[in-house]
Amino acid sequence: MAAAAPQPSAATPPPSRSFKFHGRTFLAFVLKPEMPIGRWIDEADSWLSRSPGFFSAKPVVVDVSRLLLTKGKLAKLIADLGSRGIRVMGLLGADPAWVDADLPPVLTPGRAMEPETSRETCEAPAPVKPASSSLVIDSHVRSGQTLFHDGDLTIIGSVSSGAEIVATGSIHIYGALRGRVLAGADGNTAAHIFCRRLAGELVAIDGYYRMAEDFPSDLLEEPAHVSLEDGVLTIKALD
Amino acid sequence: MAQVVVVTSGKGGVGKTTTTAALGAALAQTGQRVAVVDFDVGLRNLDLVLGAERRVVYDLIYVSQGNVKLSQALIRDKRLETLYLLAASQTRDKDALTDEGVAKVMGELRESFDWIICDSPAGIERGATLAMRHADIAVVVTNPEVSSVRDSDRIVGLLDAKTDMAARGERMEKHLLLTRYDPVRAGRGDMLNVDDVIDILSLPLLGIIPESEEVLRASNLGAPVTISNTKSAPARAYSDAAQRLMGEDVPMVFPSDRSGLFGKLFGRRAA
Repeated sequence: MAAAAPQPSAATPPPSRSFKFHGRTFLAFVLKPEMPIGRWIDEADSWLSRSPGFFSAKPVVVDVSRLLLTKGKLAKLIADLGSRGIRVMGLLGADPAWVDADLPPVLTPGRAMEPETSRETCEAPAPVKPASSSLVIDSHVRSGQTLFHDGDLTIIGSVSSGAEIVATGSIHIYGALRGRVLAGADGNTAAHIFCRRLAGELVAIDGYYRMAEDFPSDLLEEPAHVSLEDGVLTIKALD
Repeated sequence: MAQVVVVTSGKGGVGKTTTTAALGAALAQTGQRVAVVDFDVGLRNLDLVLGAERRVVYDLIYVSQGNVKLSQALIRDKRLETLYLLAASQTRDKDALTDEGVAKVMGELRESFDWIICDSPAGIERGATLAMRHADIAVVVTNPEVSSVRDSDRIVGLLDAKTDMAARGERMEKHLLLTRYDPVRAGRGDMLNVDDVIDILSLPLLGIIPESEEVLRASNLGAPVTISNTKSAPARAYSDAAQRLMGEDVPMVFPSDRSGLFGKLFGRRAA
């Protein structure tokens, strides 16, 4: 960012607030080419012939930390990949001094993750998530028991102190909620928790949680409805 | 048909052994043939409470390993001729008990007794799960305080998961026995009251045993409280509980904070 920012003159309107930015992490594929580059490109070609278009429209980062490259060779590698439909959005382990308009930006090392879709080709249909189901438990959930359900969960009974129930959808408890109850476990912010008596240790939706001491005191032992409103875990009376 | 009852609690010191002895004696007093079995291998106490500690020759482990016959290990009570004790081993550890061995002993006991009452060790480990495994009925002993109630709740979960009945998809009959209940302290709020405990555990109430010096005295005398002082409040409460276990409808007596512990009679019945 060497360019000097234009000085606002008295004539220009005050800068609008629409220009904002914030940090965010994303998932990307990381390619690790190996020396010699020529052979690695051949292997990539044979792999791509089996899964053509696998990398198209996917974010790809190239890790060059194990390569001995000059800037010219690196530019050629990026161009070779580009001609195969692999658009490189960033570099790992490259010399920051090389970076200019021709080369993608250098990224600081991120966290390694298991690529979940590495065996799929782009022709393969995206895996259809099974429609989440409802589960009804016709008993109490006792202390020390844990329950996980992918979908909505209804308990016709109480959830004891020391019990934990987790669901990806909403959770309905027709008895007392005394344990730990976590709804929307895989990022479902629209999940809710309902209970006939709020006396729990912890309630959470999509990772936003509240401990018992933060529960509204007028709702203790009362019917309650827990939801996420604008990123705030809200506990209201259930009328 | 023989009924196997496990007396269990999770927490230690709440009165499992006292209850096993008292219920066993109360059932035997009605003429039923009763065997009480100590599963607390390594920390046996039931023989002391029954006053039979000097008469233990063989124990549960000998029988379960097939070294002696069941009849050689059973100790007949000197006061009640239908009450028998199968003691635990004090010198072995609980790994000496095997599932097959316990199943064999339970099978033999079922042939010759009306009631087999298993005194579970505290905790949720092997000894406790073996004691509950073959049971038909559970008596969950709970003190009116939060840690005991939570541990009992945990045990109830295990009764529905780790027993033969649960494996067959049946639901075990479970009863709550509230022990060491002090109406004065419950009234002051120092203890949970009866309704709180029933509300949390959601189990039918088998009885409420009032806190009493009689219980301690009986243990030290080596006699179940239902034998040592049949007129005492805890003895009557245990006898009522035994009657309810046999399916009789006995009105529940709630210990009150009046001078007479049985001053108040509520209309509530055991569920």
